[in-house]
Amino acid sequence: MHRFANPARFLKIARPATMWLFVVGLLLTGVGLIGGLTLTPPDYLQGETVRIMYVHVPSAWLGMAGWAGIAAASIAQLVWRHPLAAVAGRALAPAGATFAAVCLLTGSIWGRPTWGTWWEWDGRLTSMLILFFLYLGYIALAGAEKERGGEGRIAALFGLVGAINLPVIHYSVLWWRTLHQGQSIGTSGSSIDSSILWPLPLAALGLSCLFGAAVIMRMRAELAETKVEARMRRAAAE
Amino acid sequence: MNHWAFVTAAYAVAAIATVCLLAWAYTTMRRAEAAADELKHRQ
Repeated sequence: MHRFANPARFLKIARPATMWLFVVGLLLTGVGLIGGLTLTPPDYLQGETVRIMYVHVPSAWLGMAGWAGIAAASIAQLVWRHPLAAVAGRALAPAGATFAAVCLLTGSIWGRPTWGTWWEWDGRLTSMLILFFLYLGYIALAGAEKERGGEGRIAALFGLVGAINLPVIHYSVLWWRTLHQGQSIGTSGSSIDSSILWPLPLAALGLSCLFGAAVIMRMRAELAETKVEARMRRAAAE
Repeated sequence: MNHWAFVTAAYAVAAIATVCLLAWAYTTMRRAEAAADELKHRQ
């Protein structure tokens, strides 16, 4: 990881990676979502609404993965003072918040025909909503800290503390069995029929690539802004 | 209840949000890198 501590070395890899992630992500997402819309059978119980799974589930995973990334960047920031850690944290937050919001909205849309309600204060739904608010808090805190010229340590602490919510989201369907269904996909397999399941990994991988492209683009923007600020400061001092 | 209306709405939300995120990330990156390049050439 320390190999990439040099922003120049990171940019050398990030520039081609941006385009590759975007193209591969677009292709996989397209195949996954079109497949999910047209090539899979309707569910015997939920009917056509089961197709919402192909956007809802990857969004939930990415919403949680984004915060796991922030927590990892926070550790790198606090323990090793990795120069790119704070940049990575700030770049991950808007992407994670977007997918957490998509998860909440698509879940609500899925809930109306399936459960008969748009919203319920169920454990899974509430903990996911908390994750979305944590993202908003992190974005505000990290932005304010950057503006003040801080190193990002307060945001890093917030990122670490906020990670407590991740296991809560994961186990919420076991701890509070109210409305949201239990886990359908685990390490030991899936309870979903393969004729319905196959587009899900494609859509998840595709959206992950697009998520990665957005994060790398934000990191490149942050590094370029830092460069501009440093040059302007140097020019003003001369 | 027409299920397809819910499916379409969910896909539209996901598509709009993803496109907006990528477009915002791309434009801010292009703008920042163009500013950095301009400053580099000027000095």
